[in-house]
Amino acid sequence: MEELLWLIPALPFAGALLLVLLGNRISRALVSAIGVGSVGISAAITLVLGIEYLTSRPSFIRQEVWQWFDVAGFSPSIAFHLDALSMVFIFVITFVGFLIHIYSTEYMAEDKDYARFFACMNLFVGSMLMLVMADNLLLLYLGWEGVGLCSYLLIGFWYKEPANGYAARKAFIITRVGDTAIAIGLFMLFQQFGTLHIQSISTEAVQVWTIGNETAVIIAFLLLGGAVGKSGQLPLQTWLPDAMAGPTPVSALIHAATMVTAGVYLIARMHVVFELAPAAMMAVAVIGAITLLIAGFAALTQYDIKRVLAYSTISQVGYMFLALGVGAWSAGVFHFMIHGFFKALLFLCAGAIILALHHEQDMRKMGGLSKKLPVVFYTFLIGAASLAAFPLVSAGFYSKDQILWLQLAGENGNIWLYLAGLLGAFITSIYTFRMVFLTFYGEEKTHVGHKPTWAITVPLIVLAVLSFAGGFIELPHNFGHVVLFSDFLAPILPAVSIVPDFTQYEWMLQLLAAVISLGGIFIAYLFYYKKPELIDSIHRSEFAMAVHRFWHSGWGFDQLYDALFVRPYVYLSKVNKSDFIDSFYTFLADATQGLHDLFSRSQTGIMRNYVAGIVVGAIMILTISLLL
Amino acid sequence: MELTFYIAAAVAVLATIMVITRYNMIHALLYLVVSFLAVAVVFLTMGAPFMAALEVIVYAGAIVVLIIFVIMMLSLTREDVEQEKAWLQPKLWMGPALLSFVLLAELVYLLVIAEMPAAPAVAGSYVDARAVGLALYGPYVLGVQLSGILLMAGIVGAYHLGRQKKKVIHRFLQEKEPQKERSAAI
Amino acid sequence: MTTIPMETGLLLAGVLFMLGLISVMIRRNIIFMLISVEIMLNAAGLAFIVAGSHWAQPDGQIMFIFILTMAAAEVSVGLALILQIHHQLKTLNSDAANFMRG
Repeated sequence: MEELLWLIPALPFAGALLLVLLGNRISRALVSAIGVGSVGISAAITLVLGIEYLTSRPSFIRQEVWQWFDVAGFSPSIAFHLDALSMVFIFVITFVGFLIHIYSTEYMAEDKDYARFFACMNLFVGSMLMLVMADNLLLLYLGWEGVGLCSYLLIGFWYKEPANGYAARKAFIITRVGDTAIAIGLFMLFQQFGTLHIQSISTEAVQVWTIGNETAVIIAFLLLGGAVGKSGQLPLQTWLPDAMAGPTPVSALIHAATMVTAGVYLIARMHVVFELAPAAMMAVAVIGAITLLIAGFAALTQYDIKRVLAYSTISQVGYMFLALGVGAWSAGVFHFMIHGFFKALLFLCAGAIILALHHEQDMRKMGGLSKKLPVVFYTFLIGAASLAAFPLVSAGFYSKDQILWLQLAGENGNIWLYLAGLLGAFITSIYTFRMVFLTFYGEEKTHVGHKPTWAITVPLIVLAVLSFAGGFIELPHNFGHVVLFSDFLAPILPAVSIVPDFTQYEWMLQLLAAVISLGGIFIAYLFYYKKPELIDSIHRSEFAMAVHRFWHSGWGFDQLYDALFVRPYVYLSKVNKSDFIDSFYTFLADATQGLHDLFSRSQTGIMRNYVAGIVVGAIMILTISLLL
Repeated sequence: MELTFYIAAAVAVLATIMVITRYNMIHALLYLVVSFLAVAVVFLTMGAPFMAALEVIVYAGAIVVLIIFVIMMLSLTREDVEQEKAWLQPKLWMGPALLSFVLLAELVYLLVIAEMPAAPAVAGSYVDARAVGLALYGPYVLGVQLSGILLMAGIVGAYHLGRQKKKVIHRFLQEKEPQKERSAAI
Repeated sequence: MTTIPMETGLLLAGVLFMLGLISVMIRRNIIFMLISVEIMLNAAGLAFIVAGSHWAQPDGQIMFIFILTMAAAEVSVGLALILQIHHQLKTLNSDAANFMRG
């Protein structure tokens, strides 16, 4: 079965190619069959390979498809590498991707660019699979850029709206900043090791570098730059809320299964380098902590349901970074998986709501949907509970609790990081349930048009089950002590060493986390359901409104970057409008044009002149030959 | 014989000058016939009687007659002669004439400085039609065939171009007006 | 028979050629231009005959025959073109057919 490995990324690519070539010439049913089928077969192969992998437990499976090129000793292959880490990612990408594809068949049913949509989606999934399965960093980078390209194509899918094109360009350009950093990091890695093969780098790095080696730190920071760009972390997070311009399934795909988790994958994959660079590790954790707070506060004030979810994604990826930053690799990846489930669920629910309300995204105009859309309501509730880390029954509780606990108990932990995470959890549960109360409770404000059918409800139910049950494969030490997930990842990602003094407090911290989560839900209940007048009292305060506006704009980062980069750049381009370096070439062009005009005037169309020209030429040639 | 050559040469030059200075086309053509006949005499003095005959038949006969036919078809009037007169102003022809004289001067200079090889010691330079015919269908047979193809192309071309159907405008001359506009724009 | 020097014959050819050339350059009437081209071709043929006579070889005369053939073909196609031009432009002014000017 191992030889089927290459099919996992190849099938979505093939689907994309087929859809690009056939386009709108084939029926929608066939487009759906190709688009959904290719990812579905990939998922099935993943399942088969996963079962085989779990039973036989090799350290990894490698399959070389062909050698890419061979230049001066640099010979990367198109080769796929399957180990526990990539297994988790492939699993999430193919399965969640498959569910999103099924969902899209209904969500996009009315769109005239149906085939283009599925072609891009397939390409997206294929690129992401290549990214996580790559055996060397160059192939990873190819997938990385492929993901960037597809995000551009899909965010700007409805390109006739200029704002969507703007959002797409913004996403592309901002992630490009990170991509440049990662490219430089790859150059430096190649210069150090003469290869980009991930396994070789991992084994050699430990021998070549000591902890804190300057080069290792620089490379780690450069890789972090790339990860930050793709994962929408501070300071490159501004593209992500705008990425909501795309169709909702795209948002689900970007936020749950692909794209934003690429940064998490990169850091987890290159954890050897990061472990050798404690400064970079610290930076990862700090960036994660700050981002999760900033994004959380911003999410509190959004009215667009998709923007709330976008900020919550930034915030949750911040948690993953927090975990990675303290060396809790498996906790970070675990949270990635759980987040993939519940965030896809929440986005798909939001999409169902938006579709039902005739593309209304403003939560102030929603309400009372719990009766109208019961399936969406209950699944959304499960997703929200998971996001808010509702104690004991939600998967999000276990993954988030593990991260929080390791902030204190891990040897790289830090009380401030813990407190930031705790505050973040509190905010998370507030904005999550604010969303629930605003959307599903209260009086109905917009008429429900489109009732979701099976293509929407089935993915929702499956994801809801996963969001609910996914947490039980990894339970805390003092509570069941199930460590299936971290055991699975143990050969790849080293476990975090725990400071023993803290073990006795674990249940206390869990209780604290539970109380925080419930408290957040209660506050949301109080403000948005029980006593809405409290909101009005806040709105009356001048200061609170200023803060509200500040948070609503995402902490003013867009304005800041506009002032810092965009406007000076635009100013400079205006100053140098007629590029002075180009003037030489413009001169060349003008001179050629002038000569052309001059000589074209000699073509008078009068035959006598041509004859005279011939005579003059003959005289000249004769004279020259006589003189010489 | 020598005298015949010089007289014929003088007649040829004079007749040609008359050709190029006439305003009336028919007059010019008559002088052209004279010129061709004079050249035929020159050929005779050069020992090429067959060529002299061809000159008279093809040039002075066929070609000139062809041109006269065309002129008759165009039904020219007195205005055309006046027009010709108006076109032939001295300031117009001085420049080209000067150029041609320069060219001629150079040719003459080349003739003078060139060291002419002495003629081979053959008894007489008379080359009769028999020798020409033998060479033509001997070493030059390929050239004869090519000439045949050329004449064929000439016939087809002349037929194709000469047809004057009312509706069919030749593609070279189609869409006169847009072309004019375009050239004006350029 | 061989008393006429070659230079004289070539000079005659050159003068005739020059006269034809002048005429091509100064005339606007397209029939006159065609006639002038005939003069020039004839002059070129004359030069061949002179050279052939000088060497007492038939090659010069054969070249003249080829030139004759070419002139016949040229004049027939040329006249057909003249007819077309006159038909289309209602004039024999060669300057009127200047659609290809730059």
